[in-house]
Amino acid sequence: MRQTIAEKILSEHCEKRARAGDIVIAKVDFCFGQDGTSGIIIDSFRKLGVETIFDKERFCMVIDHSSPSPNIGVSAIHDKIRGFAREQGVKVFDIGSGVCHQVIPETGFVTCGDLVLGADSHTCTYGAINVLSTGVGSTDLAITLASGENWFKVPETIRIIVNGDLPKGVFSKDVILNIIGDVGSDGATYQAVEFYGEVIDDLSVDARFTISNMAVEMGAKCGLMRADRKTMDWIKKHSIREPRPVEADEDARYLMTLEYDLSDLAPQVAMPHTVDNVCGVEEVEGTPVDEVYIGTCTNGRLEDLETAARILKGRRAAKRVKLIITPASRNIYLEALKKGYVETFMSAGAIVNNPGCGPCVGTHQGVLADGEKAFSTANRNFKGRMGNPNAEIYLGSPATAAATALEGRIADPREHKRRLK
Amino acid sequence: MVNFAHRLKISNDINTDYIISGRYKFKIQNEKELAKHIFEDLEENFYKKIKPGDFLVAGKNFGCGSSREQAPVALKASGLQAIIATSYARIFYRNSFNVGFCLVECETNYIDDMDELELDLEKNIIRNVSKGVNLEIKPIPGIMKKFLEKGGVVEYFKAHGGFEEII
Ligand code: SF4
Repeated sequence: MRQTIAEKILSEHCEKRARAGDIVIAKVDFCFGQDGTSGIIIDSFRKLGVETIFDKERFCMVIDHSSPSPNIGVSAIHDKIRGFAREQGVKVFDIGSGVCHQVIPETGFVTCGDLVLGADSHTCTYGAINVLSTGVGSTDLAITLASGENWFKVPETIRIIVNGDLPKGVFSKDVILNIIGDVGSDGATYQAVEFYGEVIDDLSVDARFTISNMAVEMGAKCGLMRADRKTMDWIKKHSIREPRPVEADEDARYLMTLEYDLSDLAPQVAMPHTVDNVCGVEEVEGTPVDEVYIGTCTNGRLEDLETAARILKGRRAAKRVKLIITPASRNIYLEALKKGYVETFMSAGAIVNNPGCGPCVGTHQGVLADGEKAFSTANRNFKGRMGNPNAEIYLGSPATAAATALEGRIADPREHKRRLK
Repeated sequence: MVNFAHRLKISNDINTDYIISGRYKFKIQNEKELAKHIFEDLEENFYKKIKPGDFLVAGKNFGCGSSREQAPVALKASGLQAIIATSYARIFYRNSFNVGFCLVECETNYIDDMDELELDLEKNIIRNVSKGVNLEIKPIPGIMKKFLEKGGVVEYFKAHGGFEEII
């Protein structure tokens, strides 16, 4: 039938055959907002003049971006979110629950074959578990809240095949940074991406989330993967809903196919101030940094914390470095406690924040000073992103971040090979 | 009506953090106040240059980054008539028309700062009065045009009770 994953999922949700380029109205399985976008969602919903949302089981709000509230303005928004939730009888993941993109899949709200909208640009994260999920603005989300549907332009799809065997010290973050560096910040604008290949097959589901999470950094609408055994095991553990795995047809029509062999890949770093400004770690090795941040919806999962803990165990971060670690969800935090990672981090001189977005978006918990440099495991390094336009942000994997924290300078995690799995 | 073009020092990949910093999106609820901070991290007091009806001119991938709707809201409130850029990021593109703000796609190498421009959405051209040339623009998709006419998607949705009519 020559359909891509995106064409198939949209077809199923609009009850007709959707082809790239068509505009369709599709039913949405789940939608959500976070504390930075829910205020306007609520305002726009009110303006629509609809009294109750389409389905209270299919919407939630997550208080994660500025959480707990750092000022009165934010407190008012949080209060408004809680009020709306009580009125409509919907779930709020309140302060301390974690980042929306971890909490939502982890709680089992989404499953294979779903069509999901989130009022947050990194909603593409769940592509890793075979979900067509994409970010929209608040008003778009309000339209869905009122009607249960929205209009979609069916995207063309770029197929990316990643083969090879990743060297030790090189992780899924390095894979996606390398790809973004290659295709550029707008290389996939308006398009869907499907990821395949040995590297993807070998990765855990957690590591795959990192890749789909960053699809939007090359402009993509979504970053889809097919559902294999690992996906199905993951889904079974987290969701009670029936998965409907979707595969592309063998003769599906792709806009283009990109192939990579990453057996020799070095740890990658995105330099200030764009995500596609990527180089191998050796090019920036030795650059002094003032803050190291490990966390976010990109790299705040248990595996990421484990990697950081292996490198940091029994050691101390360099004096000049503020080391900030934010587990992506409460569950992850609890696991990290049980496994002793939190103790390792604290003994290394780190601050372990409550689950949430942490300093990622510059509203609190580690705002940079003028002239400071940060090394972060997040997905964006735009000027001003961490709250100060006169600071610089480098992006890389949790391993590179941990190695950097020890030195106080950007460092190559392969030097800690023996500690890594 | 003829209005002025404003170019920022950087042209490509203008992200939503540059349009309106995350520092303000939580703090300021008033659109006019928000508009005073547009592009602040790139150029202080940028908003003061804008007279109602002016244009902002940029290169590729305008509006990349976060989904914050405050970005097009602030641009609209600043008095800008439209953005003219070579291409836009997806979420920003939807958000802009959703709030009734116009985005125009065309080659922008031939527009300099403070050129006088006139936008003609009927003929799909921009007249560069300063240079005496007409620039062809990509026609705005029908669905987006309908939102613009109504002043945004909310108004459209209320008037029509859904999207069925445009498909
Ligand atoms: S962790 Fe950062 S990128 Fe992820 S949702 Fe929060 S602010 Fe956005």
